[in-house]
Amino acid sequence: MRVVTLPAPDDFDAWRDAARGLAAAEVPPDDIVWQVGDTPADLFAVAGDEGAPPMPAATGFSVPRAFIDLARDVVMAREPERFALLYTALFRLRREPKLVEDHADPLIRRLEVLAKGVRRDIHKMRAFLRFREVEDDAGSRYVAWFEPEHHIVRANAAFFVNRFASMRWSILTPEVSLHWDGKALAEGPGASKADAPDGDPTEEVWKTYYASIFNPARVKIGAMLKEMPRKYWKNMPETALVGQLIAGAQARESGMIATARTEIGGNVQAAWEALRDEAAACTRCHLYKHATQTVFGEGPVDAAMMFVGEQPGDQEDLAGTPFVGPAGQVFNRAIADAGIDRARVYVTNAVKHFKFEQKGKRRIHAKPDTGEIQACRWWIEQEQLLVRPQVTVALGATAARSLLGRTVTIGRERGQALRLPEGGEAWITVHPSYLLRLPDPAQKEAEYARFVEDLKKAQASVTA
Amino acid sequence: MAQLDTREKLAILADAAKYDASCASSGTAKRNSRDGKGLGSTEGMGICHAYAPDGRCISLLKILLTNSCIFDCHYCINRKSSNVRRARFTADEVVKLTIAFYKRNYIEGLFLSSGIIKSSNYTMEQMVEVARSLREDHHFRGYIHLKTIPDADPELVHQAGLYADRVSINVELPTVSGLKRLAPEKDGARIEGAMKDVKTSILDNGDARKKYKSAPRFAPAGQSTQMIVGADAATDGEIVTRASTLYDRFGLRRVYYSAFSPIPDASTVLPLQRPPLMREHRLYQSDWLMRFYDYSPHEVVAAADDATGMLPLDIDPKLAWALKFRESFPVDVNRAPREMLLRVPGLGVKAVDRIVASRRWRRLRLDDVARLTVSVAKVRPFIVAEDWRPVLLTDRADLRPLVAPKKHQLELFTA
Repeated sequence: MRVVTLPAPDDFDAWRDAARGLAAAEVPPDDIVWQVGDTPADLFAVAGDEGAPPMPAATGFSVPRAFIDLARDVVMAREPERFALLYTALFRLRREPKLVEDHADPLIRRLEVLAKGVRRDIHKMRAFLRFREVEDDAGSRYVAWFEPEHHIVRANAAFFVNRFASMRWSILTPEVSLHWDGKALAEGPGASKADAPDGDPTEEVWKTYYASIFNPARVKIGAMLKEMPRKYWKNMPETALVGQLIAGAQARESGMIATARTEIGGNVQAAWEALRDEAAACTRCHLYKHATQTVFGEGPVDAAMMFVGEQPGDQEDLAGTPFVGPAGQVFNRAIADAGIDRARVYVTNAVKHFKFEQKGKRRIHAKPDTGEIQACRWWIEQEQLLVRPQVTVALGATAARSLLGRTVTIGRERGQALRLPEGGEAWITVHPSYLLRLPDPAQKEAEYARFVEDLKKAQASVTA
Repeated sequence: MAQLDTREKLAILADAAKYDASCASSGTAKRNSRDGKGLGSTEGMGICHAYAPDGRCISLLKILLTNSCIFDCHYCINRKSSNVRRARFTADEVVKLTIAFYKRNYIEGLFLSSGIIKSSNYTMEQMVEVARSLREDHHFRGYIHLKTIPDADPELVHQAGLYADRVSINVELPTVSGLKRLAPEKDGARIEGAMKDVKTSILDNGDARKKYKSAPRFAPAGQSTQMIVGADAATDGEIVTRASTLYDRFGLRRVYYSAFSPIPDASTVLPLQRPPLMREHRLYQSDWLMRFYDYSPHEVVAAADDATGMLPLDIDPKLAWALKFRESFPVDVNRAPREMLLRVPGLGVKAVDRIVASRRWRRLRLDDVARLTVSVAKVRPFIVAEDWRPVLLTDRADLRPLVAPKKHQLELFTA
């Protein structure tokens, strides 16, 4: 059993010198115990054993560059077995020169995972280290306290020198300290948190920034924790705010929405006209290809009632106005009979383009499918948000599906108020074209009366 | 009005800047301050110095010079008609703040944008002055991103590019009709014209630097733009197509998507709802597919629902594409070309490269693939390995529920 003692936990060169000699002498990995400093790594290792044989000058061998790069990273890992794992890989490399390219090999994979952890820690030190300014006789000095996970501090020194060469600074960590005086880098022993300054007035300004740049409408805590794990939080001033920012986020967001809802600007009419113009160019589903034009909603934007039909028919498609065909005439008669002023309500359709099948010269109405209803829902939602009716009446199953986002059985749900997710209430009844299709005059009469009754009930729930 | 101190201004002007999605500080020229004169450095890769609880990276000091604006864009918190509190930084205040934050290692640099005051040119001059002072008076070598102002003099935009690492101008909305409705004073054609000018300057600068190594660099980190998602009627298919056109025509480094989020004192023109964050995420994923996975725009669009033109929200677009084009699978990890391996859901670029390197030395078994990927369960139905064939899985009609991620309740108060 050979004991190899390395002077420092991140000393790559010492490991390389020792490993090179041992591998050249064909010493198998199991015969070596690697340790750092005076801490014995193996209780059963016999003291006074020979170390690494000196490298015979002529028997040098080369290893792929990729392995050296990998080993440089792995040496810094806080993994006690790292030197042994690397030596095993080196030992195998002499027989399998392409081993490093075989990423599916369990040993190489393990080394790669170790290296990845080290590189991440290096990156996070660059990101999360925070300097505090202190004054001494020579002026400003910047001091940081950082607790890395791996032995990365020396490897990271060049980064901080490159970036902050014109400042005087010190980085204190539990294992080693770095001091830059503007010209040269000096190394000192490990330090403790108490050795670092405990504050900096600029941190309050930074916290102000951190709190202000956070968008309370988009809380994504998982994403934050993935990139900024809690282990780094204790030395970052801004993380003290995280709890209160999250706790207040929901209230701030609903506050914004509520205020915007209650304060209607003077521009609703203009907004509605702009929306209508935008809808004229809609290509959200393929129905625009064959229809004549988009048939947008119609009526006062401050209407208390909104009626939603299925889709424009042949005549609506040509006229560009909703509810002007045969079913529209039934609708007009029914709301007049229900005592509703047609000029005071907003009428629109769940689907804004005419869907039809060509039969000879006639265009026969075709029922819109779920995808088309879904694609057109965007417009209904916008109309709902602008008009904000107290009561919305869905005429037929398509309209009900569009408003409620689910399949609705009219017979079961008609005649009662339903809550809409965006506020306001919805009533469901049949589409007037259903009345046109009934063959039996008596039944037609009865269903018409029921339709008018539904409309009356809906109107009754409008508060003056 | 009482004078605001720097911290109060910062609160207002950072709050006003948070709707810009970009905080990237990557991909610029390498610089350092080893000469002992300047401050700062840039490496190839940017650094995120903190993360806010919205999961977004804080890499730059992202602020507006002022949030007063003569425009009235409905989606913007700073529009003329908004009642938001106004503030204005002087150029010197921004410079001091940037230096103070930078010296404490809080940031990689500055992302400066602004509302438009007086005129586009006046505003742009103020912003260029900030960048000039940082670079020339303080020898600042960190990262600078300047947002250019619509309709500013091309000469000013050119100066901005000489000081900044990146310049950007937002196209704002994916559709022309949307821009007309929500930003009536902005002109899509002129925004594109400005992007074209920047592209030309970047290309010219590349030529100049081939001849003269000392030619000053122009926007070495390129240009980017941003679109708001969910404020107009554009479908995912339209957005993806628009983005790819922008990449092609203007040589953009990035197109950012910003899910429209409710803003204080919002205009009633806008949808008042929670921002479509998952939709934004799916659009970014499709952007990735085009940039790193060799998908063409029409292939990404094909992953969207045929009727609605929208990408599925419950599964990612790569998985959606794979489920739609089952005939392309399974893919043999030991034989298939790299571009086919890139199409396997669950295999990232790195995993694919490792597979390609490793299979020269061994026949890969399912265990080997498992070591190289995050989740072999996701990959399994789509691959053939030495000891694995997804005989039943690939042809199952109900594959989607098996491979779709399980829904789980979001935890709001874990932090």
